[in-house]
Amino acid sequence: MRDENGKVEFLQGNEACAEGAIAAGCRFFAGYPITPSTEIAERMSARLPEVGGVYVQMEDEIASLAAVIGASWAGVKAMTATSGPGFSLMQEHMGYAVMTETPCVVVNIQRGGPSTGQPTKASQGDVMQARWGSHGDYEVVALSPYDVQEMFDLTVECFNWAETLRVPAVLLADEVVGHMRERVVLREDVETVDRELPPEGEEVERPFPLEPDDLVPPMPVFGRGHRVHVTGLTHDERGYPCTDDPEVHRKLVRRLCNKVRKRAGEIHESVGYDFIERDSDIALVAYGGCARTVLEAAEEAGVTVFRPKVIHPFDEGLVRRLLDGYEVLVVEMNLGQYYEMVKMALDPDCVHLLGYPGGYPPTPERVVEEVERLGG
Amino acid sequence: MRIEVRIAGFGGQGVILAGVVLGRAAAVYEGLEAVQTQSYGPEARGGASRSDVIVSDEEKIMFPYVREPDHLVVMSQEAYDKYIGDVKSDGLVVYDSTLVEPSRGDVEHVGVPATEKAEEELGLRIVANMIMLGAYRELTDIVSFDSLRNAVMDSVPPGTEETNEKALRLGAELAEGGAD
Amino acid sequence: MDVEDVLRMDRWPHILCPGCGNGTILNVLARELAERFENGDLDPDKTVLVSGIGCSSRLPGYFRLDSLHTTHGRPLAFATGLKTANPDLEVIVITGDGDAAAIGGNHLIHAARRNLDVTVICANNYIYGMTGGQVSPTTPEGDVSTTTPYGNPEPPFDLCELVMGAGAPHVERWTTAHPVQLKAAIGRALDREGFSFIDVLSQCPTNYGRRNGFRDAREMVEWLRENTSTRDEEGKIRIGILRDEEREPFHARIRKVLEKAGGDGD
Repeated sequence: MRDENGKVEFLQGNEACAEGAIAAGCRFFAGYPITPSTEIAERMSARLPEVGGVYVQMEDEIASLAAVIGASWAGVKAMTATSGPGFSLMQEHMGYAVMTETPCVVVNIQRGGPSTGQPTKASQGDVMQARWGSHGDYEVVALSPYDVQEMFDLTVECFNWAETLRVPAVLLADEVVGHMRERVVLREDVETVDRELPPEGEEVERPFPLEPDDLVPPMPVFGRGHRVHVTGLTHDERGYPCTDDPEVHRKLVRRLCNKVRKRAGEIHESVGYDFIERDSDIALVAYGGCARTVLEAAEEAGVTVFRPKVIHPFDEGLVRRLLDGYEVLVVEMNLGQYYEMVKMALDPDCVHLLGYPGGYPPTPERVVEEVERLGG
Repeated sequence: MRIEVRIAGFGGQGVILAGVVLGRAAAVYEGLEAVQTQSYGPEARGGASRSDVIVSDEEKIMFPYVREPDHLVVMSQEAYDKYIGDVKSDGLVVYDSTLVEPSRGDVEHVGVPATEKAEEELGLRIVANMIMLGAYRELTDIVSFDSLRNAVMDSVPPGTEETNEKALRLGAELAEGGAD
Repeated sequence: MDVEDVLRMDRWPHILCPGCGNGTILNVLARELAERFENGDLDPDKTVLVSGIGCSSRLPGYFRLDSLHTTHGRPLAFATGLKTANPDLEVIVITGDGDAAAIGGNHLIHAARRNLDVTVICANNYIYGMTGGQVSPTTPEGDVSTTTPYGNPEPPFDLCELVMGAGAPHVERWTTAHPVQLKAAIGRALDREGFSFIDVLSQCPTNYGRRNGFRDAREMVEWLRENTSTRDEEGKIRIGILRDEEREPFHARIRKVLEKAGGDGD
């Protein structure tokens, strides 16, 4: 079955994610089996060889992200997919990808934690880990899909922002959307972004500039004569280790953060968000699989609702513009992680939490009950 | 229209596939809203296995989980005992009468000897799920026969299309005479 | 082409201690590469150096080539992505005993099992040099390090046996006392398709030698010459070509998968 945009399918979110990756131009996948993300690896192992891509099952998640970063330096769009414990193991290389400005996509189908937790159940407990899981100061892009179509679409967006900003981009999904099946259009008209490259054959004098601080330099991928040294150590403009000069470290880290931070507004506008304004004093906030409950509850209770798709970088200005003056109720499948960011943007006394770990999103009735308790 | 369906049985009967086929028929071939979810992990090994589908001709289905099924299609006693209490009163229960002895009073029961007929008439026990699906469609008209058949053809291994279609048709015939 | 042409001379002086065995490895590798670039056996634009963390892992940064200085223990995992995503690249991995056999042990055996087409040069100096001389998986039993002040109670790994057990088809062991042979070994490794492993017994006068009865680097190199043999001799470490076989490399096997799936573009 087809419609005007592409093939119409009835797929799991995880399967749609793999299809989105292929549509975005991903041609390398390295991963390690882990519930509830494994269907992504399985589909990639079948699909990539059909389009000339490479699938490798690595010995662990540390190796998986390492291989993805290696493939990205070989000039190929690359991805891995995992869940909680695997995402924890990948944190070392999240930092390495940030420091070496390596575009790559990491899919995290969140499950209950800490530790082995609830392997087959949903969670949104990795929101802060996506942002702060590796050591040091850094910024990444993290997007949160709420249905199967967005598992496709936001995977494409992850690739595009990873390539645009030369950062690891996280598809911060959850078991709800990873495992459910819905109609999805495997769009053939997707707009893809490719990293900017220096002219082939030219040795690059300053592959890692320090100024201006929002710059994304072209990526001198290997095998094209650029002759660059790439290191996870603090490095100067030449790419050489330079660990003793405080000013070099400050400038480098500031640029790595600002190239993402300064474009937060643009990322939110481009990826989009839902804001349904109703005549109410209360506004609900939710993202990912949990937002399905909250959108239904908001309609039932007749209150405003905000559903971000971009989790990181957080756009304080946007949240303030949309939600200032409301009593805000954040509903998430953790004990309050996005909530903390919303509190920083608004009057913290006006921000409330329905934190709901346990494996399933709350029912709409449970959320409506909470709205009523707030006086809605 | 908004209908919550639970298809349940034991592992290996193809209840997950039955749910996926139903959801696909609704979402891809009827243009309806449909969401399918299922049990995973230890819960899905052996024992009772379930595949839940919500079908709607209204707006997008938000909360994706079945809470009070309107319909239960059930192929094992264990699954019947586990899920029968969730079904709405006056709901419809279509059961494989080869394997299930019904007990609840305030729902409509329709028995279909799916496993028996699958063996007798098609020589293949594993298509009992398609007999149940054919019967369920006939009783509810939730999707058209053609949509269901198209979805089955997309989902079954090559070479088994004919047997599966026969099973769907056999289910429809059995449903006509099956009401208790 | 001169050796200086393959090195980043703007980075001299290097960070290695006087007498460090890594200097010999740097020298020998640079000469072999310069020769191959000169006679066209190897394209410098397609030659990539990958390393982990440690003293030897700093060597790639001194070559005027594409180089990836990665995280501790993981260079082979990065190399797996580089080589399989672009099989045209000639990938050389420089690692050490701690990097390859402790934190990176898992990646080492799996890269050998897959027969990843890379040349691995392992500078095996029995110690964690960069962090100041802690015991490593190859430190001989009884030896003193900053974390084995009473002598090392653990038996060491034989790295060559380890990778041969995992299926590596080309394995050699040499020492910094054998620069000519080492250079030839690197040449053979570059010529072979598949996983080539060269265990280079090397000296760390600063953090190993002075704690274990060696007065200087010269004494250590002398010890390596006297206590190794290309024949099986009682009391001596066996060096030389330990295995040289042919096995289909990983990227060729991946190519076959693509052919089966119809994605090989032919």
